[in-house]
Amino acid sequence: MTNLIIFLVLMTLGYLAGQMAERKHYKSIIQREKRFSGLPIIASRFPPTDKLFNQCLVTGNTVISVDYFKRFIAALRNLLGGRVTSYESLLDRARRESLLRMQAQAYAMGAEYVFNVKYETASISKGRKNAIGSVEVLAYGTALIASDSGTGREI
Amino acid sequence: MLISNMEILPGKEVKTHLGLVQGSSVRAKHVGRDIMAGLKNIFGGELKGYTELLQESREEAMERMTQQAQSIGANAILNVRFSTSSVAQGAAEIYVYGSAVILE
Repeated sequence: MTNLIIFLVLMTLGYLAGQMAERKHYKSIIQREKRFSGLPIIASRFPPTDKLFNQCLVTGNTVISVDYFKRFIAALRNLLGGRVTSYESLLDRARRESLLRMQAQAYAMGAEYVFNVKYETASISKGRKNAIGSVEVLAYGTALIASDSGTGREI
Repeated sequence: MLISNMEILPGKEVKTHLGLVQGSSVRAKHVGRDIMAGLKNIFGGELKGYTELLQESREEAMERMTQQAQSIGANAILNVRFSTSSVAQGAAEIYVYGSAVILE
């Protein structure tokens, strides 16, 4: 009986706090994506050759975790099969956040483009019983800074 | 030291290839952070402690790679790649590698 009560409390807490955190996070992601929309992120390996650029490696990383409720839903999904939407939104948030952090770094340097962007995803809580839980996403690329643009920008 | 994850640099030419350089770092976090992370596993959200930890260890790995490149006389590292693997619960290995070159 006590176990059931603890479980229900955790589920409710996870559901409420998780929903709130996710909504807040998405709001902030969309806001920042608009601000950095002038800085193109390109996955091509070949930089433009018409102009001379200075280069610098830029990175952004995030570790993010799902809440108790979503983890439970995902465990149920494992029985039934199908789309695990609770992990989809987790990875989406982590990727977009990492990319934004990388963009912010490039923007502060006064970059014009970020080229050759790559993602790297790792599950860092391996070995624990409920495996996935939290993921780390790293986004990295090369910022191209026009040689004549002396100093960086203010964020 | 120029570090880039592209293979070619417009306007610059690679004079000599010096081979692969690498750096790695394994780090774990202290118990306090683990407890905080345990709480976050209930509420969801970003684990700031882990984010910082991994960033620090990535910087350390890059530092080691740069030192190695300097010791063989390179002035740039091209085609840099990152790789992360969790070796045990609470510890992660960060590995970074690239090819050391001398630019004109």
